[in-house]
Order: sequence, then structure tokens, then C-alpha cells
Amino acid sequence: MMGIKFRKQIGKVLYHAFVLCFGFVMVYPVLWMITGSLKNNVEILNGSLSLIPPNWRWENFANGFRGFGGITFVTFFKNSFIVTVIATFATVVSSACVAYSFARIKYRGRKVLFTAMLCTMMLPGQIILIPQYIIYNKLGMVGSILPLVLPHFFGQAFFIYQMMQFMAGIPRELDEAATIDGCSKYTIFSRVILPLLKPALVTTVIIQFYWKWDDFMGPLIYLNKPQDYTVSIAIKLFADASSTTDYGAMFAMSTLSLLPVFLIFLFFNKYLVEGISTSGLKG
Amino acid sequence: MEKKEKRKLSLHKFLYNDNTVGYTFALPFIIGFLGFTIVPMIVSMYYSFTDYNLIKQENFIGLDNYIRLFQDVRFLKSVRVTLKYVFFSVPLKLAFALFIAYLLTRKSKAVTFYRSLYYIPSLIGGSIAVSLVWKELFSSKGLINSILMNLGIEKVSWFGDQKLAMVPLILMTVWQFGSSMIIFAAGLKEIPSTYYEAAKIDGANKGQSFVKITLPCLSPIILYNLVMQTISAFMAFTQAFVITKGGPNDATNFYSLYVYNQAFKYYDMGYASAMSWVMLVVMSLITLLIFKSSKRWVFSEAGQE
Repeated sequence: MMGIKFRKQIGKVLYHAFVLCFGFVMVYPVLWMITGSLKNNVEILNGSLSLIPPNWRWENFANGFRGFGGITFVTFFKNSFIVTVIATFATVVSSACVAYSFARIKYRGRKVLFTAMLCTMMLPGQIILIPQYIIYNKLGMVGSILPLVLPHFFGQAFFIYQMMQFMAGIPRELDEAATIDGCSKYTIFSRVILPLLKPALVTTVIIQFYWKWDDFMGPLIYLNKPQDYTVSIAIKLFADASSTTDYGAMFAMSTLSLLPVFLIFLFFNKYLVEGISTSGLKG
Repeated sequence: MEKKEKRKLSLHKFLYNDNTVGYTFALPFIIGFLGFTIVPMIVSMYYSFTDYNLIKQENFIGLDNYIRLFQDVRFLKSVRVTLKYVFFSVPLKLAFALFIAYLLTRKSKAVTFYRSLYYIPSLIGGSIAVSLVWKELFSSKGLINSILMNLGIEKVSWFGDQKLAMVPLILMTVWQFGSSMIIFAAGLKEIPSTYYEAAKIDGANKGQSFVKITLPCLSPIILYNLVMQTISAFMAFTQAFVITKGGPNDATNFYSLYVYNQAFKYYDMGYASAMSWVMLVVMSLITLLIFKSSKRWVFSEAGQE
């Protein structure tokens, strides 16, 4: 009896030890980047395994923040926040409206629209990348943030689908009761569905915030004035700026750029994991 | 007076009619679908038959772009390279994700923490910061090489060797297995434990019940992950753009990177449009192939509750 119990204990310890060690290997590159923000070029470039900087170079952050071409990282962070916040807000509102129409209202043509939405989910974004650029270019919008935020006002298939799944779990009796109380479909949406949809809305906010914050290709194509650059473009340019890149400063800015992502993850971890498992997040 | 009342009533009726409500709420999508999908697709189709370059008025050149594509050695190589990348990275990533998800199905409070830990690489996966870190890790004097040298293996020029340049990119993709892992974990939770108990009574070992119970029950989720990851792998861009710039000698010149370069470096918009269309066809064929084959290996009973 004791033997079995003992063996079980050993197995448990081995399991946790293995999972923790392996997890450490997995996050090592991330830790290496974060601690790299406190090292000097030599330390970073000679492939040192150590995570502890020999002397903590906090000045990397100051050097990084100076940015390039007279524009500091304050500007880049501000730009990223503006684009991300507008796009995220627009996505959540528009996707919730569309999801409501697909999930709760019976109207002619609904099936066709729904099928169209499923198709856009499978459609590779790159097929419309170039024509979109051409259209924005003809409209004179290239060089502004409009191409980066505008499409988000029209719902995003992935999130619409996710919210529909969630709405399917909200009992229809609630709608009926509200109708009897004199609510129209519009007020049912704003008073009944929307408040109950909160977990799905939070998940959408988090995931869309991540995608927009990390987006590289969009800003790369559409922004052409350094004072409009987002953080992701700025870091890339910072790395390319000269032949003698200040790696410590680059890692310092990289670390800072990931800070909002980490913070949101820390606070909304539960929502995020639930959201992904019910909807399936790409990446 | 009565007429006015009637008109008001019919307006009310119109506003609260299900069709009106439906279209009102669906309006953002309808506008978006037309404006940001259908019109661009038509535009792209048109430009793929022209020599448009953003500056001068385009000429209609018929199938020239498409003919040029199949004579373009760099293009053919980029197709090959992309297929190779998809073919290796997606199955590896899914296998790894399933392995970790399976590892983290124990009933223990620590498991939630572990899942978060393993999710971190994916959390920041799309960011430029991670690509820059990866580039340094695999550089000639970088961390990976110093580990290899400590193990007594000669250091490797990862980004200088045509045969090896793809390896760090594939590893980076596999490393970001988090979202697939969480979807697998949710699927594993759905499998009734009675299945496993019954198998145990029948004398099945862990490996047998994994093959006979876990895999079939998970097959709809495997299909979902496979399709989604294949589509996103085809669109891989940032890693190749930042880490290898497509080199050496186009060994990592992914499809989307080549499209990007044709469009925004050489401003050959017509040619790039044609390339996008070929990409769409290739991807649709592969997705279709996955769906067709899925009839043989996906057990739909497991997907329905």
C-alpha cells in the first residue's frame, strides 16, 4: 500500500518538475529579451545564456525612448494607442450588432449573408491587401491612420461568429419576456442581450487589442511619415537605423511594447483562455 | 388627422418589422462585405490583367501577368518554399500543441498556471519584438550556437545556409502553439471519462486509449485547428520579412513576402494582383483537400453533443 502511494507521490513531483522546467525553456526567449533590455551590446551579442545582467543598464530605457530622427517613443506609443483603441472599440460595437441580427432576428436573406460571412472568415487577407491599397491610394487615404481603423467599423467575421456562439447560450425566453413587457427588438438588444454578452465582449476587446497592437504589415504599408509610426514599425526602424544598433535600447523598447499585452493578460487571463477555447484564436 | 395617424402607424410598422430590424443590425457587415471584400476582389481581378504600377494609367495586357508568373523562377521557388514551410510547421505545431494540452489535463490547481505559462510565447508571437529576439538567438554568435558549442557541436550558420534558413522560422511557428493548445485542452475536457474507464477495464494501456479514444474524439477539433493554422501559415510574413528578408538566395522568400515586394518595392501592382489570385486558388485547393480527406478521419459523433 505504502509503495503505491509513495510511487504516486514521486510521479507527481516528477510531473510538476518536468512541466515547470519545460515551461521555463518555452518562456526563456521572452525572459532573455526582457533581461536583455538591461544588458550592453557585448553581453547580448556574445550569446550569453545568463539571464542576469552583469551590471544593470537602466539607461537603455532612456536611450531607447529617445527614438530616432528627433521623434521619441512617446509619440510612437501614443500612435499605437490611438489606432488600437479606435479599432478595438469599432470592432466590438459593429460585430455585436451584426451577431445580434444573425443570431436573433429572422429576415429574408439572412442565410445568404451568414454564408458570405463564413466565406470571409476563410478568405486569406492577402488577396484583398493590394486592391485595398490601390483603393485607399485613389481615395488619398494612404499616409493617414484611416486605412488602419476604417475596416473595423464594419464587423469582423471571426468575432461575429464568436458572439453568435455566445448568444446561442442566452435563453430565448428572455427575449420573449422583454417583448411582452413592451420592448422592441432594438431595446432587447441594448437592454437584454448586450449586458449578458459582456464576457464575449471582453474577450473580443482583448484579442482585438492584441492583434491591432502587434499589427506590423498594416502600418508598414499605410504609414509613411515617421511621426505617425506605430511602435511595431518604430522598433523595426530603430533596429535598422544604423549599422551599430544599440541592442540594449532596442530590447528595452521591445519589452515596453509588450507591456500592455502582458498587463491585459495578467488581469483578464481567465476571459482570454475561455474566449480562445470557445472560438479558436489564430496565431 | 386620420391620414397622418395612419402614416405614422405604417412607419412604426416598417421600423419594427423583422426585415427592417435585421438589415439595420446587419448593415455594418453588408457595407463592409461589399466595400472591403467584394469590390477589392473585383478590383484585384481587373488589375491582375493590367500592368498597373500606381503612377501611370494601366494597360490591359490580358493573361500576360499569369503567363509571366509561370516563367518566373523566383515565383516558382517561393511557391515551393511556402508549401515546404506549411507542410512542416503546421503538423509539428499541432502535434506539439496536442502533446502539451494532453500533458496539462491533470486535475491540479497548478494546471491553470501552467497553461498561462505555456501560452506566453503565443501571446506576443505576432509582435516585431519576438522576431527581433529570434533573429539574435539564431545569429552566428547567438545563444543557440553557443549552446551547440557547449555541447561540442560545431556552430551553424542558420541564416547563411539555404538548407537551414527555414529551420528557425519553423521553430518559431511551432513555439507559438498556445492557441491550438487551449482549443485542444477544451476538447480534451469534453471527452467523457467513462470512455477511458471502460477501455481500462478492457485492458487497454494509455497509448492504446489515446489512439482509440482521444484522437477520434478530438478529430473535429484537429480538423478545425488544421484548417485555421494552414491558412495562417500560408500568410506568414513578419518572420520572413524581419528575420531572413527572404534569403539566403530566396530560400525563405515566402509567398506573401514576394507579393509584398512586388507590390510595395517594385510597385508592380498588376503582377502582385495576379499572384494573389494564384495564391487564393492554391490555398482553396489545399483547404478543399483537407475537407475532402476529413470525411475519412473525422468522427462527427464526437463533435455533436
